Amino acid sequence: METIGLHEADEDFIREVEERSGQALSRCYQCGNCTAGCPMSFTYDYPVSRLMRFIQAGRKDLVLSARTIWMCASCETCSERCPNKIDVAGVVEACRHMACRAGKDGVYAVKTFWDAFVLSVNQHGRAHEAGLLAMYMFRTGRFWTDVDLAPKMLPKGKIAILPHRIQGRREVAEIFRRFREGAADEEAVRSRLAAERRDDVVAAYSGEGCP
Amino acid sequence: MSSQHFGYFPGCSGLGTSLEYERSTRAVCGALGVALTEVPDWNCCGSSPVAHTADHALSSALASRIFAQAESVGIADIITPCPSCLKNLHNALRRMEDPLFRARVEALTQRPLRRAHTTKSVLQVLVEDVGCSRIRDAVRRPLKGLRVAPYYGCLLTRPGDSMKFDNPENPVSLDRLLESLGAEVLPFPLKVECCGAAFGVPARDVVPRLSGKLLDLAAELDADAVVVACPLCQMNLDLRQDQINAANGTRHSIPVPYFTQLMAYAFGLGDEAEGFAKLAVSMAPAFARMEGRAAAIERQEREAAAREAKKAGSAAEKKSAKAASAPAGGGL
Ligand code: SF4
Ligand code: SF4
Repeated sequence: METIGLHEADEDFIREVEERSGQALSRCYQCGNCTAGCPMSFTYDYPVSRLMRFIQAGRKDLVLSARTIWMCASCETCSERCPNKIDVAGVVEACRHMACRAGKDGVYAVKTFWDAFVLSVNQHGRAHEAGLLAMYMFRTGRFWTDVDLAPKMLPKGKIAILPHRIQGRREVAEIFRRFREGAADEEAVRSRLAAERRDDVVAAYSGEGCP
Repeated sequence: MSSQHFGYFPGCSGLGTSLEYERSTRAVCGALGVALTEVPDWNCCGSSPVAHTADHALSSALASRIFAQAESVGIADIITPCPSCLKNLHNALRRMEDPLFRARVEALTQRPLRRAHTTKSVLQVLVEDVGCSRIRDAVRRPLKGLRVAPYYGCLLTRPGDSMKFDNPENPVSLDRLLESLGAEVLPFPLKVECCGAAFGVPARDVVPRLSGKLLDLAAELDADAVVVACPLCQMNLDLRQDQINAANGTRHSIPVPYFTQLMAYAFGLGDEAEGFAKLAVSMAPAFARMEGRAAAIERQEREAAAREAKKAGSAAEKKSAKAASAPAGGGL
């Protein structure tokens, strides 16, 4: 079992999780309420309350490589039930975002599926269910994924064979391009605002991440 | 703009897997006088997967374009049938209250929003803005005798602090709505438990386990149908019901209609609006059982009424007999 040694604490990591999630992690007193209600625990390597403890202890690698952050269903049960009002699901999400940024593979099938979805939106402006499923099957080699469902859906017209391309798909693709190029990076935005003398906005920023 | 006019965001699944939700929603809103204007050329809201893997600024930028599109036709308030879309639209608005976050989003969209926006679920509008009494008045074919398990799913009311709708742990809005259609609403303790969300594709053991529990309970309660408000829940419980049965060795055959489909049925809006043909598990046996029960209920009611009448009749007889005998006695 993984032990928790406080001497290895990566303080920058703790701060980044706090900033991205906007949550004060020190408020967690390990009551386990979040884990008690979590429907996905059976798929995790670490129950979510234990993940919280690992984050408090600054165990960056362990947290960002955990299966837990990929298998979380974002059902918000934990956030609803935490006696200290910590948005636990938001903390898990922040870790997942950081894992993506750090180029972690995550749980391969899950990440591949999400990636296929995002790419579909990038291309068409909307998610195209059949297309993204096909992409997922192609990339994972799981060619039998849900083929049993096709006969239930095709005759009912519930699978759109062709993507619904929106007129504004260029505009949407531009949003993705700007994002990839770092247009929304906090530092870039902050310095641009400073250059534009938008001191009001810079000053209003609490430094606590999203409200 | 009157409070009964909203911008409408159908969501990507409304074009495919949740076609029947989308159609019945429009029909029901029309019947209740709620005017919907579809957001022109809408894009994906940046729902789960984008929010899951990328960054809040990107998913909020996608949501922000939807609000910008709504502004272009003079609309500020958007409603959506899909809880997952709702969550993302909601989160985007909430996060954009922070000026720096808003600036990051605008750096992506290059389209600053000019108005204050709100977003709600279709269910919330029907329960709060329209109200159950108006719904009851629109019912032509009551669902008398239909035993339903109301299943809200995890997202509709959570997190309570930001959704501000119903009780996040024990919501009752759908219960009330179904009651006003005349259905028999069963207490369903797993009403906010997770169905397995989008894990049906990448992790096959999740949905049989989580949605399996829901179907097991519904069967135990002898429910005719599990009524839902979310395309993901619907897909897991209905379309994947055979997969669940195969994995768990069960033999459930429980239809899983959207609440709007039952409304369309109760309002008598026709097959196209009801869209029951789109469900994987047929509603027909459930309606047959409903009719059987309704007939039994009516018979009981008739018999009870007859008994009452008889009782009242005999009481009146006695009374009149007494009355008739009293003056006779008095005469003696
Ligand atoms: S419910 Fe809150 S306080 Fe309790 S263990 Fe989970 S995060 Fe910590
Ligand atoms: S949001 Fe994730 S961690 Fe929290 S209860 Fe749901 S599945 Fe578990």
